[in-house]
Amino acid sequence: MAVSQMIGARIQRREDPRLITGHGRFIEDRTLPGMVHLAVVRSPHPHARIVSIDTAAAGAAPGVLAVLTAKEFHTVLSGTMPVAPAFAPDKKYVPPRFPIAEQEVCFQGEPVAVVVASERALAADAVDLVHVEYEPLPAIVDPEAAMHPGSVKAHTDGPDNIGWDTTFAGGDIEAAFAKAEVRVKERILQQRLAPTSMETRGVLAQYSPFDERLTIWLGSQNPHFIRFFVSMSMGMPESAVRVVAEDVGGGFGGKISPYPEDYLVPAAAKLLGRPVRWIETRTESIQTTTHGRGQVFEAEVAARRDGTLLGLRLTQVLDLGAYHGTFGAFQACAGLMAGGVYRWEAVEARSVGVLTNKVPTDPYRGAGRPEATHVCERMVDRLAQELGMDPAELRRRNFAREFPFTNNFGLVYDSGNYDGTLDRALELADYPALRERQAEARRAGRLVGIGISTWVEICGFGPAAPTAGATGGIALVESAQVRVLPTGSASVFVGTQAQGQGHDTTFAQIVADTLGMPLETIELRHGDTAEGTGFGCGTYGSRSLSVGGMAVQQAAVKVREKARQLAAHLLEADPDDLVFEQGRFAVQGSPATGKSIQEVALAAYGGSLPSGMEHGLEAVSYFDPSNWVWPFGAHVCLVEVDPETGAVRIEQYVGVDDCGTVINPMIVEGQVQGGVAQAIAQALYEEVVYDGESGQLLTGTLLDYLVPTMNEIPDMTLDRTVTPSPVNPLGVKGIGEAGTIAATPAVINAVCDALSPLGIHHVDMPASPDRLWRLMQEARP
Amino acid sequence: MIPAAFEYSRATSVAEAVDLLRRGGGEAKVLAGGHSLIPLMRLRLAQPTALVDINGVKELDYIRMEEGRVRVGALTRHATVVRSAEVRRHLPLLAEIAGEVGDPQVRSRGTVGGVLAHADSAGDYPTLAVMLDAEIVTDRRRIAARDFFQHLFTTPLAPDELVCEVVFPAAPGPHRYLKFRRRLFDWAIVAAGVQQLDGGWRVGLTNCGPTPVRATAVEAALAQGATPSAASAAAADGLNPSSDLRASSEYRRHLARVLTRRALEQAA
Ligand SMILES: Cc1cc2nc3c(=O)[nH]c(=O)nc-3n(C[C@H](O)[C@H](O)[C@H](O)COP(=O)(O)OP(=O)(O)OC[C@H]3O[C@@H](n4cnc5c(N)ncnc54)[C@H](O)[C@@H]3O)c2cc1C
Repeated sequence: MAVSQMIGARIQRREDPRLITGHGRFIEDRTLPGMVHLAVVRSPHPHARIVSIDTAAAGAAPGVLAVLTAKEFHTVLSGTMPVAPAFAPDKKYVPPRFPIAEQEVCFQGEPVAVVVASERALAADAVDLVHVEYEPLPAIVDPEAAMHPGSVKAHTDGPDNIGWDTTFAGGDIEAAFAKAEVRVKERILQQRLAPTSMETRGVLAQYSPFDERLTIWLGSQNPHFIRFFVSMSMGMPESAVRVVAEDVGGGFGGKISPYPEDYLVPAAAKLLGRPVRWIETRTESIQTTTHGRGQVFEAEVAARRDGTLLGLRLTQVLDLGAYHGTFGAFQACAGLMAGGVYRWEAVEARSVGVLTNKVPTDPYRGAGRPEATHVCERMVDRLAQELGMDPAELRRRNFAREFPFTNNFGLVYDSGNYDGTLDRALELADYPALRERQAEARRAGRLVGIGISTWVEICGFGPAAPTAGATGGIALVESAQVRVLPTGSASVFVGTQAQGQGHDTTFAQIVADTLGMPLETIELRHGDTAEGTGFGCGTYGSRSLSVGGMAVQQAAVKVREKARQLAAHLLEADPDDLVFEQGRFAVQGSPATGKSIQEVALAAYGGSLPSGMEHGLEAVSYFDPSNWVWPFGAHVCLVEVDPETGAVRIEQYVGVDDCGTVINPMIVEGQVQGGVAQAIAQALYEEVVYDGESGQLLTGTLLDYLVPTMNEIPDMTLDRTVTPSPVNPLGVKGIGEAGTIAATPAVINAVCDALSPLGIHHVDMPASPDRLWRLMQEARP
Repeated sequence: MIPAAFEYSRATSVAEAVDLLRRGGGEAKVLAGGHSLIPLMRLRLAQPTALVDINGVKELDYIRMEEGRVRVGALTRHATVVRSAEVRRHLPLLAEIAGEVGDPQVRSRGTVGGVLAHADSAGDYPTLAVMLDAEIVTDRRRIAARDFFQHLFTTPLAPDELVCEVVFPAAPGPHRYLKFRRRLFDWAIVAAGVQQLDGGWRVGLTNCGPTPVRATAVEAALAQGATPSAASAAAADGLNPSSDLRASSEYRRHLARVLTRRALEQAA
């Protein structure tokens, strides 16, 4: 009965019984006969010349099979690690990166050698015995200082540290500023964040010399891309390489791009003829997994006194780290989205990518869009403060209201109803009562603040033409294969790669509705490049449902339409006279005459097909959306700041989001809650800190890198509006990054609002107690 | 994240533990709850050549009331302290502190003796021990708490010496321990403890220097009738706490004053 109502059903995640009872299959759970262990010798210096590497002592240590350096790896790996054009195609300087350093190390943690031993602990012991002689070189840590001509160079061979310097012009910015009756300006920092997935990275590789086949198991958001890049580097046919990502314990963007170890471990397996496994330690994870954010914004807004927004001008200085992350330039999209949900006469955004002696930055949950939203929402609040206007009122005055809405850079927002989410959020929060409570608290000398964030996201990457340009050739379309087996159950192969998003459940819900099959009979397979689907582009950028899920739906529709033809043949009826309901084709007008999808499936493998029909019941579909999708929403946060200690307490949190059609409300809520938690982490807790002088990482353990726990995250009141996307048949939009995009400015706006009676206009992140105490000390007479 | 190689042995009595330590020749370490030692070994900041596991030394796992004193065996887990009716009755501040050490896993493994022997400046029991003039009893001597915490991670313990017990005076009167931290399960950035004892106040501070601090100036001001607010102004006098990623020295001094005042107000 319930079969036809799977879309929209609040059902529990099918993957959870396995995962929460400890039966997940992560990299460290997988062993192979004869497997040996790899450990990486890493540079302790942020910048140094490698004078010599003495591997003798390590090579002679117990259990050690080999110590390998760039010299050996050059015999099996070629080329440099990939850098995508993304949003900064005109790069000025791209330092070439081989997976292991040869002459110069440019960040602390860069690989210089690997040790392979019979036991993991013996490999770790032998790492300490590899004697690398370094000649330390001056390091550049601060991206803004790195921009100056004459700055210390992150690479001694580089012309300077400028990776790119691109300006996006959206309208006549001078004209807009000329009309300004009021201007506000702010400098806004985005600290570096470490993705900190629960499962660190890990790679296991097996090379078979007899048939020249390579299998790589790794925790990845993007297994097909890894195969693409590693097969090229190893000079192997892409088809001879199999990449398998089973369960992946979180990614948050940190498992999209290829890493040095993704090449070094397979290469070592080939060199040694043994299966080789490497598991990243937590300190290695903080030190070498790409960081997110790491940006400095200078922003200025021009407006009229009545609150009408005119112009937004900003510069984004992006700390690239020592090399371009493969998709590092994606984050330049912050400029293109900095106008947010508002109408502007003009927006101008300059993006400068700057090389420093730190680990590279790359997309991190939201990638560019949280930064855009933070800068925009902070500036709108600053303006409201300057004008003495209610921040909700100022937002309403400027919302885009006609959809599709074309922003200043020509991006077309597919649909929206920004008043709807804001009104609902303010209603749930009881905004007038909150303001009253705040006024009362202020009279009593307490620091209470209310923060609003109205956000929009470009996601669902994405249309073939622009994304093929952005990756350097591969369009981010998505593929799926649906195969109905003779007894009427189905295998579904997809090119997306879940790391906690619940695709096993939601994608099966879509198939269940489309084919009228019970959920339990639908098996979802992903992560194995040797199986089923064609090329897959992975899971990130809130693309899986609106691109991959649509490929699933279309493939299922193709299967259903073939089944209709076959059913018509079996029933001796006209296909157009068949109605499909509850998994059964019935002849219109005589409901007793029909064939179930299971009966049709068996017939599809039998001996009486209509002439010209091929056997089997399966279909492949590639989905290329006509546009991105544009989820949006409004979040409201109430905080109280302890005037003595600077401690921030979140008293109330409300989020109203719109991701179009909802396949599974429970999963949507989980994604929003997790996203908000991660955003609160940025607002109040997390920061990767390097010593400004020495370039040494100071937050190398979870004792210093403050990931908040359940205790620090408040209860949330969440709700939704539903504005279906016109871009795909189901009307869905992404929700994986929404919370992360929405909540950081909501929290910081609330903190700033709380501190405004002291004349404090802006607070950088994380808004830690010592930082707030210092600001309050400076502000108080 | 992978410790260096070490020998492992397990003792079942104090005598056996001391003997095993002696045979380890100065490079052996006691393994109690392991919640401080093992993280250090995983980072290879500690590389003992041998571990003597005392988790089987049942004679060190006890809480006893005796002549107005609370005696706590070194192997007593934090969770045991929290649940102890005797502690709650006779020294409720100790139970309160134990209940706020780390997270449930830490509390069910970590030991009272381990915290004292480890002498981390952010450890909570050392402050209580110093402010209440507790005594630390080893397999061979008794050491006053004020002499025990010599410097960061430094005590007068010989390499083969075992902490067996800590002896606190009973103090059922008004008390409070306020721990300032970023996350519920974190160590204190600064903490302040106050306890009424023998008609006066004892005041202690955690993580305001390399060793626990007894805020004698505050105690003296209170004895002369100062209000909590006036007395706590002296809490940071003479202190020069270190600066780190979570707090500058100046901020720690400020917190010392604020937390002392609040603890006094909430205890009274
Ligand atoms: C996440 C986390 C949070 C924590 N938060 C707090 C906190 O808020 N407050 C706090 O006080 N502690 C905290 N701790 C520390 C915890 O209380 C530890 O358990 C404690 O510091 C050490 O006790 P242990 O029994 O685990 O000792 P171990 O780690 O086994 O040993 C620590 C040191 O003491 C020595 N040692 C242990 N027992 C003896 C003995 N009987 N005689 C001689 N030497 C001995 C060991 O050789 C070693 O050098 C935290 C720990 C963690 C992991």
